[in-house]
Amino acid sequence: MSEPLIEIKDLRVEFNVREGIVKAVDGFNLTINRGETVGVIGESGCGKSVTARAILNMVPKPGKVTSGEILYYRRSKENPSDGQSRTTDVLDLTKLDPDGETIRQVRGGEIGMIFQEPMSSLTPVYSVGTLINEAVSLHRLSPVKRVGAQITETIQTHRRVTKAEGRQIAIEMLRKVGIPKPNERVDSYPHQLSGGQRQRVMIAIALSCEPVMLIADEPTTALDVSIEAQILDIMRELQESSDMAILFITHNLGVVANMAHEIVVMYMGKAVERAKVQDLFYQPQHPYTRSLLQSIPKLGQKKSGERLASIAGSVPDPFHLPPGCVFHPRCPAFMPGRCDTITPQWTQVGDDHWASCLLYEEAGK
Amino acid sequence: MSVTNQTQSQAQPPTKNDTILLDVKGLKKYFPIQKGFLRRTVGYVKAVDDISFFVREGETLGVVGESGCGKSTAGRSIIRLYEPTAGQVSFKSQVLGSNGQTKTVNLLDLNAQEMKSVRQEISMIFQDPVNSLNPRMSVSDIIAEPMIIHGMKMGQDTEDIIVSLLERVGLRSDHLRRYPHEFSGGQRQRIGIARALSLNPSLVICDEPVSALDVSIQAQTLNLLQDLQKDFNLAYIFVAHDMSVVEHISDRVAVMYVGKIVEMAETDALFTNPLHPYTEALLSSVPKPDPLYKPHRIMMQGEVADPSNPPSGCYFHPRCRYAQDLCKEKSPEFRQIKHDHWTACHFAGELKLEGI
Repeated sequence: MSEPLIEIKDLRVEFNVREGIVKAVDGFNLTINRGETVGVIGESGCGKSVTARAILNMVPKPGKVTSGEILYYRRSKENPSDGQSRTTDVLDLTKLDPDGETIRQVRGGEIGMIFQEPMSSLTPVYSVGTLINEAVSLHRLSPVKRVGAQITETIQTHRRVTKAEGRQIAIEMLRKVGIPKPNERVDSYPHQLSGGQRQRVMIAIALSCEPVMLIADEPTTALDVSIEAQILDIMRELQESSDMAILFITHNLGVVANMAHEIVVMYMGKAVERAKVQDLFYQPQHPYTRSLLQSIPKLGQKKSGERLASIAGSVPDPFHLPPGCVFHPRCPAFMPGRCDTITPQWTQVGDDHWASCLLYEEAGK
Repeated sequence: MSVTNQTQSQAQPPTKNDTILLDVKGLKKYFPIQKGFLRRTVGYVKAVDDISFFVREGETLGVVGESGCGKSTAGRSIIRLYEPTAGQVSFKSQVLGSNGQTKTVNLLDLNAQEMKSVRQEISMIFQDPVNSLNPRMSVSDIIAEPMIIHGMKMGQDTEDIIVSLLERVGLRSDHLRRYPHEFSGGQRQRIGIARALSLNPSLVICDEPVSALDVSIQAQTLNLLQDLQKDFNLAYIFVAHDMSVVEHISDRVAVMYVGKIVEMAETDALFTNPLHPYTEALLSSVPKPDPLYKPHRIMMQGEVADPSNPPSGCYFHPRCRYAQDLCKEKSPEFRQIKHDHWTACHFAGELKLEGI
C-alpha cells in the first residue's frame, strides 16, 4: 500500500536578496506515498509554500534550490493493458530544466496544484486569442477566457483529445466539483463566478488530467466556512475515487485535522515534528507543536475569562537566526546552555513519530 | 464611565453590568447601484437591513457571518464612517454630558462638531495592520494623532501617555521613533490597538482584528484585548468570521446573514442551543482541530444570497433544510424567544437544532 510517490531529501532553498541570504527551506525531508494526504502546517514564512513550489520546479525568483533532491517515482502511463510493462522511473525534479518538456508534462498533468486565491495574482492584460502560456492556463484563471476553454486547454495539453472531447470532459469536471448548471457555466468568464465557484473551477482544472498528486496550498483560506466545508468534501471524495495523493498546506489546524493522514510541522524552513494525524493532535512532542495546539481557541470549550496559551515573542528575523535550535528564544522548555548551542537532530520519538528537539536526544540530557 | 444609572433596566436579572452603553434600533445602510451616463440609481445593495442590538458597558458583543453579510458595514455605520440610511443609534456619552453626568444621544442626530467629540469615546481597530497605519508616520506620531485632533497639546504629558500605552500593549518605549515597516504584523496590530486606546474610549469597534495574524500572534492579541477590557472597562463590538475566536472572546454574539441579524444571544446559549437554522449550519461547518471528531455536517446548498437581489420571505430559505412555504412568502420577525435570546425564524423554538 505505502508506495512512495515523492521523496524530498535534504532540500535547501535560498533566496539571495540585497539584505543577505534567506534560507527559506533548510534541510527538509518528506516522503509522500500514493493515495495519502500529508498536511504541512506552520506560520507564515516557515517555508511551506516554497517547498510546494520546489516540487513543481517553480521556486519564484530570486529563490534557488541550492541542494537536495526531490525524487518523483513516475509510473509510465502507456501500455495500461499490459501489466508487466508498467515501469516506474525515478526522476529528480530539481534537476530538470524548469522550462523543459518533462517538467511541463509533470506540472498540471501528473501533479496538479491549487493556489489560495486564483484571481489575486492575475494581470488582467491578456487579450482573447493571445496564447496564454501553459503555466498561466494551468495555475491561474485568466479573466478573459471562458472557464470551459481554460479547462479544455489543460486537458488538450496533457491528454490527446479533440476540442469537442475536451469540452465534454470540462463539463463533466465542473459537475463533479459541484458547480450548478455546468452546461451553461462552461461558457462563463471568471468574473461571473463567486469566489467559491472560482476555487472549484481551479480544482476542476487541477483534477482534469487525473493527476497522481494534488498540491493544495491554502486552498480554502480565502473562503467562508460553508464553502470551505463543500470544497474539502469534494477533495476527499475525489481522492477516494482516484487514489490520488494530496499535499495539503495550511495554517488552519482544524482543516488539516480532518483532511490529512500524516502531518509535518514546519518552523523557519525546518521540519520540527512529523506524525500520524492522531498522534500529532493527541501526543504532540515538540514544544512548538504543543504551543500551536494550545494557542487556538477551540469551539465549544469556552470557559469565561480564560486566557489562551500564547507563544511568547514572534518569528525571528530570517537574516539573524538564533544559534542552536531556532525555536529556543520562544520555547517554554528552553534549556540554557544546550538549546542555544546545539542544533537538534531528527529523532524518532514514537511509532512513525519524529521530532527535532533536544528533549529527546542524548545530547540534551 | 464610572457614573451609572441603574434605574432603567431593573426588570432583568443583573448581569455583570447592566447599563446599556449603545442601543441600535432599525439601523439600515443601503448602497445605491448607479448605472449609465447620468449615474441613475437602479437599485440598492442592502448591506445592513434593519438591524437592532445593544451593547452593555464593559462587555463584548461578537458579530459573526460570512463575507458580504454586512457585519463590517454595520460596525462602520455606528460611528458614521458610512452615513446610515435610517435608524437610531443611542449612545451614552460622557463628553457631551455635563457635570460628570452622562447623556444619552442619538449619534445620527449629532452635528459634525458633536460627532467629532463623541469619536473620542468610540474608536476602531482595523483588520489589516499593514494598510491601516500611515507608513510615513513614526509610532509616536501615529498614537499621538488622535490626541492632537482632539485638541490636546503635545508635551511631556502626552509623551508619557504614549509611552505608557506602548508599554501596556507590549511594546517598548524605544519603539517610539520607529516606523510601521520595522514591525511584524502582530506588533503593528498592537500599535493599532494603542492608537485606538489613546483617547480613553468606552467602546471599541474591532473589525476582524486578528484574522490577518498567525495563530501564535492571534492568541497574544486576543489575550491583550481581554486584559485591556478588564483594565479600562471597555466594551467591544468584535466583528469576525472565525466562530471559535468569537466564541472565545464574546459575552454575547449576533449572527448576521445578508444584512440582517438572524440570531442574538449569550455566547453559551447561542453555541449550545442555537435557535436559527443558519447558526446551526454555520456551527456545523467549522472544522474542528480534532482528528477523531467525525463531523455531523449540515450542508448548506448554494451560496450566500445577493444583497442587491435577495430572495423573497426569509433570506435564508433557499439554503435552509427546514424551509416551508411560509418561509418563501413572509419575512420572519426578529423576536425574543427566551431570556436574552433573539432570533428571526418562523419556527424558532419548534425546531430541534444542534449546537456544539
